[in-house]
Amino acid sequence: MSNQTPDFQLLTEDQDNYILSLSGEWVQGYEHTPFAELQAQLRQHRPGALTVDGTALASWDSVLMAFLLQCYNLCTSEHIALHTRDLPEGVIKLLDVATAVKPLDQSPEQQSPWWQGLNPVEVMHKITEDITESLDFIGEVSIAFVRLLMGKANTRFTDIRDFCYQAGPNAFGIISLTSVLVGMILAYLGAAQLQQFGAQVYVADLVVIGMLREMGVLMTAIVMAGRTGAAYAAQLGTMQTNEEIDAITTMGISPIEFLVMPRMLALVAVMPLLVIYANLLGIIGGGIVAGGMGISPLQYITQGQDAFAITHIMVGLLKSVVFAILIAIAGCQAGINSGRSSAAVGQAATEAVVTAIVYLIVADAAINILFQQLGI
Amino acid sequence: MQEERKVHIEVRDVTMAYGSFVIQRDLNFNIYEGDIFVIMGGSGCGKSTLLKHMLGLIPPSAGDIAYHGTSFTQASPKQQEAMRQRWGITYQSGGLFSAMTLAENVSLPLQLYTEYSAADIEAIVAYKLSLVGLGGYQSYYPSEISGGMAKRAALARAIALDPEILFFDEPSAGLDPISSRLLDELIIQLKESIGATVVMVTHELPSIFAIANNCVYLDNTTRTMIGYGDPAYLREHSDQAVVRQFLTRSAAAAEEDTA
Ligand SMILES: Nc1ncnc2c1ncn2[C@@H]1O[C@H](COP(=O)(O)OP(=O)(O)O)[C@@H](O)[C@H]1O
Ligand SMILES: [Mg+2]
Repeated sequence: MSNQTPDFQLLTEDQDNYILSLSGEWVQGYEHTPFAELQAQLRQHRPGALTVDGTALASWDSVLMAFLLQCYNLCTSEHIALHTRDLPEGVIKLLDVATAVKPLDQSPEQQSPWWQGLNPVEVMHKITEDITESLDFIGEVSIAFVRLLMGKANTRFTDIRDFCYQAGPNAFGIISLTSVLVGMILAYLGAAQLQQFGAQVYVADLVVIGMLREMGVLMTAIVMAGRTGAAYAAQLGTMQTNEEIDAITTMGISPIEFLVMPRMLALVAVMPLLVIYANLLGIIGGGIVAGGMGISPLQYITQGQDAFAITHIMVGLLKSVVFAILIAIAGCQAGINSGRSSAAVGQAATEAVVTAIVYLIVADAAINILFQQLGI
Repeated sequence: MQEERKVHIEVRDVTMAYGSFVIQRDLNFNIYEGDIFVIMGGSGCGKSTLLKHMLGLIPPSAGDIAYHGTSFTQASPKQQEAMRQRWGITYQSGGLFSAMTLAENVSLPLQLYTEYSAADIEAIVAYKLSLVGLGGYQSYYPSEISGGMAKRAALARAIALDPEILFFDEPSAGLDPISSRLLDELIIQLKESIGATVVMVTHELPSIFAIANNCVYLDNTTRTMIGYGDPAYLREHSDQAVVRQFLTRSAAAAEEDTA
């Protein structure tokens, strides 16, 4: 049926007045001639007035309305007087509502080309900015810490307890799994090499020293960065979205003291304990592998005892405190600086984990070099 | 108003409860085609919950809700989804997708449920945003516009598919009186031109009298509905003092109905 298809025709009434005659079913599901066609015709003829005639219109919905609105906007910008004839009442009413408010003039934003992001000057600029921002944040945290020591900070101890619980006991499962496996990996790695010299029994030294000084704390930190650091970023990012951080600030409370300090202190309290636990399980994991290679448990324990020195434990614990602070800073900073949308919160969580891992590796290397120089 | 009004939504013996905590029981009322129906009552009496039952977000503890005679509560999830496509909904806290621009927000239902070409969608989005007075704001994010604008943008998204029923949860809460009146007018104009049935939760007395032609009052103390009908009639003739007070906003009622 030809009169079903939505269509329009531009007719001349007299030389300056044109009629736009609409016909057919202007509803969803029918293909209509694109508006660009009409736009071209109107620009070509440049009438002084245009009358929209709906006599032949069979039915209509938003498709027609969208078309008419485009028509209206074009006529306004081209200074063509727009009249209507025989349009359904609903159409006229809706058109009135839609045109009651002048649309916002919006110059399309200049999209900078993608290679702009690779400009080395800009990249350097962004990196320096990031570093200054992080240093700023660390500075604020230090001030808040000093205020806390002086008893002036708005930090609630109940918060610290809650965060300890979230960060500690709830992390046992995953920490158990990773540390046993890391202990086993260390043992395998060492055994394969030491076997060549017939010195398998030194596997115990390797596992004990490796776990205590390095792997126990590093693995725990990485797990905590993914678990707790990301959670902090998501919590604070959501609070930013809900204007909760604004509310805290306007109450005269420093968000650093109120939100960041309890999280950081909780992590600092919990991490060393988790590390001790991880070390223990790692050494047991190593023992299992050693047993499989023909080293008796007694041999493993006596050999391990020689390597088991208080300095190694202290090095691990010191690292755990430093790492806890870094994870909390990375997580909280990403959260507090988050944008106010769901995508921004996701980005903050990602940033928290990536930044934390970079911090961890760099700090670990720095501490190792320092201790090497000091001979600890 | 015609004598023979067609029933659009039927609420039958609905009981609402969270666990064993009953909020309202024995709700029975009809919403007719073309009504602007207001659900009112003191804060915490279960207005939002009733709306969630009607939307199928939570099933009621007992009773049935039917649309055009078809039970919605007992329908399969698939049928429910098909029925929901004919509805437009705005939520108490907006419900705009914060990670999407206004244009993306409005075009999402169009992309999901219609066959329009990209150019058509763009034109329809421009039209819907113009209807709510936000023409030209296509590329703004919800966080970049004011609260009143966000409410209107949510309205634009709700009417994207030319719905048969519009559900609003406190559409004008938190707006200044002028914006709130403009929003009321907009709702009336849209309703008249697209011929939809409107179901809304609101506390705003001016809105209730300006636009509603039917309403239900949920009572907090007796935990059931104690008023149903034209609000202007109820204000004068309801046999329940609480309802008359609520509608004339005397001191006793005003205390408990602040949101
Ligand atoms: N998810 C929920 N779980 C338990 N109780 C709820 C939940 N949501 C609301 N309620 C309770 O149900 C009652 C009605 O809530 P609501 O429908 O939001 O009230 P209104 O919108 O009328 O202010 C309130 O007493 C509230 O505490
Ligand atoms: Mg509510």
